[in-house]
Amino acid sequence: MGSDFLKFLNCPLEKLSNYQIELIMSEHHIKLPEGSIEKTTTTLNLGPTHPATHGVMQNILELDGERIVSTEQTIGYIHRAFEKLAERRPLAQITTLTDRLNYCSSPLNNMGWHLTCEKLLGVKTPKRVDYLRVIIMELARISDHLICNSIVGVDAGAYTGFLYVMQYRELIYEIYEEVCGARLTTNIGRIGGFERNFNDIAFQKLEKFLREYPKVLKEFENLFQRNRIFMERTMGTGAISAERALNYGFTGPNLRAAGVDYDVRVHAPYSSYEDFQFNIPVGTTGDNYDRWLVREKEMWESLSIIEQAYRKVQDLKGAEAEVYHADVPEYYLPPKADVYTKMEALIWHFKIIMGETEIPAGEVYNSIEAGNGELGFYLISDGGRTPYRLHFRRPCFVYYQAYEELIKGSMLSDAIMTMSSLNLIAGELDA
Amino acid sequence: MALTNETIKARLTEKFGDQLSHVEEPYGMLTFEAPKELNLKVLNFLYDDEELKFRFLTDLTAVHYPDKKGRELAVVYHLHNMTDNIRIRFKVFTDISQPDIYTATGLFSAANWMERETYDFFGINFVGHPNLKRILNVEEMDYFPLRKEFPLEDQTRIDKDDEMFGRG
Amino acid sequence: MARPVSYNLIKKPLEGDISLVEMPDGSMGEGFFATSLDKVIGLARKNSIWPLPFATSCCGIEFMATMGSHYDLGRFGAERVGFSPRQCDLLMVMGTIAKKMGPVVKQVYLQMAEPRWVMAVGACASSGGIFDTYSVLQGIDQVVPVDVYVPGCPPRPEAIIDGVLRIQDLVGKESLRRRNGEHYKALLESYGIQ
Repeated sequence: MGSDFLKFLNCPLEKLSNYQIELIMSEHHIKLPEGSIEKTTTTLNLGPTHPATHGVMQNILELDGERIVSTEQTIGYIHRAFEKLAERRPLAQITTLTDRLNYCSSPLNNMGWHLTCEKLLGVKTPKRVDYLRVIIMELARISDHLICNSIVGVDAGAYTGFLYVMQYRELIYEIYEEVCGARLTTNIGRIGGFERNFNDIAFQKLEKFLREYPKVLKEFENLFQRNRIFMERTMGTGAISAERALNYGFTGPNLRAAGVDYDVRVHAPYSSYEDFQFNIPVGTTGDNYDRWLVREKEMWESLSIIEQAYRKVQDLKGAEAEVYHADVPEYYLPPKADVYTKMEALIWHFKIIMGETEIPAGEVYNSIEAGNGELGFYLISDGGRTPYRLHFRRPCFVYYQAYEELIKGSMLSDAIMTMSSLNLIAGELDA
Repeated sequence: MALTNETIKARLTEKFGDQLSHVEEPYGMLTFEAPKELNLKVLNFLYDDEELKFRFLTDLTAVHYPDKKGRELAVVYHLHNMTDNIRIRFKVFTDISQPDIYTATGLFSAANWMERETYDFFGINFVGHPNLKRILNVEEMDYFPLRKEFPLEDQTRIDKDDEMFGRG
Repeated sequence: MARPVSYNLIKKPLEGDISLVEMPDGSMGEGFFATSLDKVIGLARKNSIWPLPFATSCCGIEFMATMGSHYDLGRFGAERVGFSPRQCDLLMVMGTIAKKMGPVVKQVYLQMAEPRWVMAVGACASSGGIFDTYSVLQGIDQVVPVDVYVPGCPPRPEAIIDGVLRIQDLVGKESLRRRNGEHYKALLESYGIQ
């Protein structure tokens, strides 16, 4: 700033913008009387409906020319009262609510919820269930990162990458459909496992994915990674240091881009993640380019995890190779054929549906590594059918607070790039 | 020596003595309660202490217990020590007629919106918060929806047929 | 376990390799074709709808899949999506609309120029969906008049395309005098729109 000041010394005061004047004044401790410089900042409403289709959040920006001076954030435009709804539903029905948190990667949220319930109820899942869950979770993570990275490209002006990768997201959706029947809001899995075994078609589609996807990811990478325009747009903008990121509660790829290697899959392994070998990509400056790169590298790691998990599933032999849920008749609905013929199955079915099963009272906090960071579920149960209190620790909500600090002083177009590289999903922001 | 729940309990009792209560370990996570005036002191102690180092605020939320008179609202902090990989849960209880709790935003910037959400849902007044307004609900709302006495559904609907919902 | 497959039993004969739009009735001659004005305008309008995707939540992602190359909405003429209400014909509201968002939907609707159509995509936009709570608007027809509802949570891209096709039917068959008529004015009055 010193050399700029020398330049400004020869420049009459009227030619400087208000922002530059205030910078000079604050640096050299000059105080002018109140109101002698007019506040001529423009107010721009980056409103709830904006073309950068990230969902509904509002930022009222104060601009000085192109530079952002301050912003006032409003969220809550899609507040659906999940936490109050959850007090009304038995544990198995809350899965449908968790789908709609981070809807780009619903299976991750579902699995997180099932893991929380299993921690509360004390259910141990067999290895095959764990490995199949890992496959589904990593597919969901790839799907989430694909949307984020391609939308960063779209916001920078490059629409083609988005279309290339949507094709492979369709293949991921087809794999979900084979398992649970739905594409987007999957409600996949049950407490203790899956609702049906993965059939051959699901595995064939998975093999097709593993065969064809790396080439497409490489092509997508070549479009952006060393692209001069993309690098100039994203490097140096929206940077955050590791200390500030930790203080703001950042987790996930945004924190890893800032330099902290915190990943819930490694710190508190769940669903047999300790059996897998994978790296955690970590950035340095925490700017938009680092966040894009971290997500890109994480997709490669997820691909390697899926391959390892698939091989492990195929290596299981005998009775272990047929199991797809834990043996917990109190929480897992028996097959319908048994309900119509056997006595115990009928009784368990009745008890589960009418809510007469034993749910221990207690409080549990469980978290998983979702697409955006640490998705936590704080569940307080009073022994009844429905939770007494369920709170979702949503990563987007926590790190979006830092947005003002990230864009202060940068230009408007950088603000858009920062918003899209943070991967803000409105469903997770408001819940 | 790795940090364990026993060590944390020992350090906390040595500093705060019998002001902490309800120390338990549900599902492996150390949980304790402190009087609401001490919440900042406890948070600062957990942050600054070189052995405890709880420098990451994972979650801040509240729970409403309408049956416990005088202790209806509980504010729950979840803290995380990333270097030693330990989590801890810390609760403060307050009366519903005067729910004033000191804000943690000075220590953790993450607490800013988390406290606004808690205020929005439960009506807890965080003393010293820079911008305590409603965050998720409409600004004009005059009640705190997640308290147990308020219903889930919108009461002003006229087109819902109660017969179909089993309430007719 | 083999997956049961269902076959499409109603076979429509394929006329050649390309399926063209059906010609409206009129009289043909050497180098000219005479038909009524509203049929021509309907035909032109319906095959070049400019949608405004008002995507709020999960249905928005299914819309992105519909616009992608697998389920291509562009082949029905709705290739150019705009985000400015002044330039668009079809307001596709996709996703949950909370009470906080209701005035925004109404504002966007008011800024659209006639003729305008509204499509409510998904269960939340049609009727509030699974969220029967204090903060969710139980259907956008509480604030704006809706033409087509597409149910589903989220609706499959084929269902969204079906909704667009029905909008195209409505657009094609609309009388040119509808927007000035008494019935339409009464409809807007009931929503408080002048």
